[in-house]
Amino acid sequence: MPYTTQVVEKGTSYSFIAEAKPPTVTMPRIKALMTGSIPGFIDVIVNLNSPALLDDNLIWQAKTAGKRIIFYGDDTWVKLFPKHFVEYDGTTSFFVSDFTEVDDNVTRHLDRVLKREDWDLLILHYLGLDHIGHMTGPNSSLVGPKLREMDNILKKIHISLLSKEEASLPNLLVVCGDHGMSETGSHGGSSDGEVHTPLLFISSAFEKRSPLTQPGFVQQTDLASTLAVGLGLPISRNSVGNLILPVVGGKTMREQLRFVHLNGFQLSRLLQENTPAYEKDPGYEHFKIAEKSHGNWIKLYLEGNNSEILLNLGKKVLKQYLDALKTLSSSLSKQVAQYDVYSMMVGTVIIMEVLLLLLLSLPKALSSQAEFEVSLSPPLFSLLFYLMCLMLCAVHVIVCTSAESSCYFCSMSWLTAVGVMMLISALMCSILSAIAKIFENSRPPLKNPVVSSSSWSEIDVLILAGTIGHVLSLGASSFIEEEHQTWYFLINTLCLVLCQELCRNNFLLKECDPQHSTTVKQNFDSIGEASECKNIDIPAACNSKLGKASSSTEFIKRSDKWISLASPWIILICCRLLRSLNQTGVQWAHLPDFGHWLTSSEQKSELSFLAAVSLLMIFFLVQRRCSLVSKIAMVLGLLGVYSYRAAIGNVIFPWQHDSKDISKGITEARFVYVFVLGIVFTGTKDLLKSQVISADSSVKSTGLWEVYSGLVLLAALLFRPHNLPVLVFCLLIQTMMTKYIWRPLKFDAAQITIMHYWFGQAFFYFQGNSNGIATVDVSAGFVGLESYVEIPAIFLTAFATYAGPLLWAIHLLCYLSSEVSRNSAAVGHGCFCYALMRSIPVAIYIVLVTSLRYHLFIWSVFSPKLLYEGVHVFITAAICLFFTAMDQNHSHKS
Amino acid sequence: MKEAEVRRLLAANLLCVFSIILSAVVPASFWDGFTVFGTHLAWLCICSVCVSTLNIILHLVLKPNLSPKRSSFAHKISRFLKCCIYFFMSCILFHAIIVLYGAPLIESVTETFLFAVLLSTFTTLQCLCMLGPNIQAWIRVFSKNGATSIWESSLQITTMCSILGAWFGAFPIPLDWDRPWQVWPISCSLGATFGYMAGLIIAPLWIHWNRKQLTYKSR
Repeated sequence: MPYTTQVVEKGTSYSFIAEAKPPTVTMPRIKALMTGSIPGFIDVIVNLNSPALLDDNLIWQAKTAGKRIIFYGDDTWVKLFPKHFVEYDGTTSFFVSDFTEVDDNVTRHLDRVLKREDWDLLILHYLGLDHIGHMTGPNSSLVGPKLREMDNILKKIHISLLSKEEASLPNLLVVCGDHGMSETGSHGGSSDGEVHTPLLFISSAFEKRSPLTQPGFVQQTDLASTLAVGLGLPISRNSVGNLILPVVGGKTMREQLRFVHLNGFQLSRLLQENTPAYEKDPGYEHFKIAEKSHGNWIKLYLEGNNSEILLNLGKKVLKQYLDALKTLSSSLSKQVAQYDVYSMMVGTVIIMEVLLLLLLSLPKALSSQAEFEVSLSPPLFSLLFYLMCLMLCAVHVIVCTSAESSCYFCSMSWLTAVGVMMLISALMCSILSAIAKIFENSRPPLKNPVVSSSSWSEIDVLILAGTIGHVLSLGASSFIEEEHQTWYFLINTLCLVLCQELCRNNFLLKECDPQHSTTVKQNFDSIGEASECKNIDIPAACNSKLGKASSSTEFIKRSDKWISLASPWIILICCRLLRSLNQTGVQWAHLPDFGHWLTSSEQKSELSFLAAVSLLMIFFLVQRRCSLVSKIAMVLGLLGVYSYRAAIGNVIFPWQHDSKDISKGITEARFVYVFVLGIVFTGTKDLLKSQVISADSSVKSTGLWEVYSGLVLLAALLFRPHNLPVLVFCLLIQTMMTKYIWRPLKFDAAQITIMHYWFGQAFFYFQGNSNGIATVDVSAGFVGLESYVEIPAIFLTAFATYAGPLLWAIHLLCYLSSEVSRNSAAVGHGCFCYALMRSIPVAIYIVLVTSLRYHLFIWSVFSPKLLYEGVHVFITAAICLFFTAMDQNHSHKS
Repeated sequence: MKEAEVRRLLAANLLCVFSIILSAVVPASFWDGFTVFGTHLAWLCICSVCVSTLNIILHLVLKPNLSPKRSSFAHKISRFLKCCIYFFMSCILFHAIIVLYGAPLIESVTETFLFAVLLSTFTTLQCLCMLGPNIQAWIRVFSKNGATSIWESSLQITTMCSILGAWFGAFPIPLDWDRPWQVWPISCSLGATFGYMAGLIIAPLWIHWNRKQLTYKSR
């Protein structure tokens, strides 16, 4: 940016680095810039759909002061400040794939507006650079031209402002960014690149000065106060910013002191409102002292004492004020976070009760009947229930009448509150009754716990230890940042234990020592059954031509054995490759990975090749259990995926060497959607058929598999091209696990479910996700959409983000329903275990977060994770509903 | 008989523990700047060499597996060579597993490989001393209830403990404490070492405790 650099170095300007507070997402940042307050974390969720800003803010102040404001750019502003602008043109920021139109839409008004004289404030918000970062990252070749374009616009504005200035007051041109960009080009987190934004004041009112070596650090919230002071407006009420003094450095000492006094007064009022013990706050004390010395200074000034002493004294007062301001705003930003502890406690209690209930019903739910019933009627009529209800209501009344701060739970209607109280006490009573029942039952058969504990295999120990370890690790912020490491570690260990299990299964067969007769016999049985399973396709041939075919089956068995022994190692290698595809987390996120290498613009042909091979592999892995119609649909759909990626310019066709113009690829994407819906519809039709006409279970399993393959196709469309190998490896690992590990080793449904859950979690991170907001791929929500439509966009983004866990869960359902012949309650067990596996970490995490709410990293690490967990719970609930529906089908039939 | 053997086992194991402690302390006296963290690679080498020589010497002195027949010299040589090859292979295998667990593939190969050597010393070398290059015997010992003597039980325990130690040693790596021992592979190798030492101490005690239940069948 040559012109801007020249202005910064030589011209009349001040430049700073403004530090933004996480979450570094557009809407909270605009709020921070305009109100000077620190928006809460919930604003991330409403980032997509911003309601009007009701707090006191700069724009409102300017409007009431009669200033005429014009705005062009991101329409978040228009939503935040409706009816504030005399003229505006909002550009929707959700077309992340569009780099030029969003900016042209702003620039086209510029010439006209700059000629006019009828405005006081002009706000322009350019989006192109942000979009380039989202789509192609900070090292893209598109960044350079975009910055040059911005520089030219800046030059145009500056020159026209200078030419206007001769008659009127000097103008001020502020250049700032709402947030930065992380190493991957995204934002939302708290890395240095995202938090540090430029802030540049250009005005002819400033003195020319020698180029500053290093721009100073200020807070982003400081801009609101500075602009308010500069425009002669009142500082907005909730602002925690302090005046950036160099900007008003050209004024006389008296005015400067007045400005900082105004700022300090506003901050101390805010402190008074928020803390009862404000008088003891060091910032407040400093401010009072500074105010006193300010008074003395004024006295001296009015006496006409105009000497050097006065100036020095003034400087001293100024310094006192600045110190006071700094302490005030830091103590304010610390205690702005207020917690509604009562509501939090109520929520936590309900969640913990549900978890306890789940845990208590564990032995019953995993029995062969797979029954899960919570007896509600006896506790409902017990005395205890009513007593608890009464007591909780009394507590509610006491808390709500005595609390001075606002409380969400108290502001709910009384009926709802009583309902919640009844829910809590009903859950409590059923927990107690469940405990009582367990005690009753456990009295007589006290002889066999030893037997049950000794029969634990290594897998069980690992599963238990892994679950507990993962839950405990959620208490440490670094383990949350690096949660992918936990999962990778666990699935690696799981693979090694599986490998050991396979070895034992295969090798101990050979040994015929009498001392191992029992184990060997067991293994022999299982191996025999396993081979039976494998050769189930050709049992007749096996039986009739036993003598002849024995050698060939022996060979097949032998090769099968070696493949099955090698499969854990192949899975391990796959996982290792995936791990280096996307570096995620915080500490090692900057390391180079294949994903970055592939997405850089020079590697387009490699990426195209990889994408094509991946799509081909996906087809081969998915097609074997599909019907012919859906096979054809799958082929066409996958072709559509490739042409979509080619249309938006991510990959190239081999015959197309010149880079043609980039479109949004809407036609291609919709073409794929048609096939996705078609396949899912065929699958659903099969499922319904199997339910209504009660056909054989093969129809049902085909139906399930078709639903699954439809989802795979959707994931292939939404994943970025460099992530397609994740999908391939996902399918590959599932196939190998099913064929060589789960079937032969005969794990029970609970173990299989937990393994699926672990792999699902690992794939969540293999996709490149992390526990920071920045890694959510928003662009997935706009595939095939003309403009931002809320519900499909949210659905698609959620699907693309949670594709890993979701696909593994659906595969679990496919697998378990194909195992129904062996264990009729398999699906029920799977559903229960899946729900339990999800609810244990979530419930414990909520308790942890509640207790850690004053932790330093609560906003940057723990809250995003809570957000992820919450969305994941919703998705799990949907999956469990699907499971139950399938199970219902089954029980209906039998 | 059994009591005496347990006592012999305890003495041998304590000697091993002692040698590890010495390997961490002694070199500092004649090599300025030697610390376990600072010059970790050197310590890895020294510790591996110490433990392996001690193991071999102990094996030659104590002869826990009474070889029934006197074998020829050529047979012994081939056996020794086989042992060497097995040891090397186990190093490679451990290296591969560590890389699969997420260790960098190209950078810090030396560190990873030396860690693999250390793990092999703690696990494979002992097996080689005790059981010889005989895969069948290995599988027998490491399957459930496969040990036929207290030496083999001890082998099971120490091997398990070293590997578990290395496994647990990986836990603190993601923490952002920026401590010197969080650098790859220090925490893991320390974990393995502590696990091995714990195993050496636990094994005789455990055998002593459970001597009633442990009934070794003769082969």
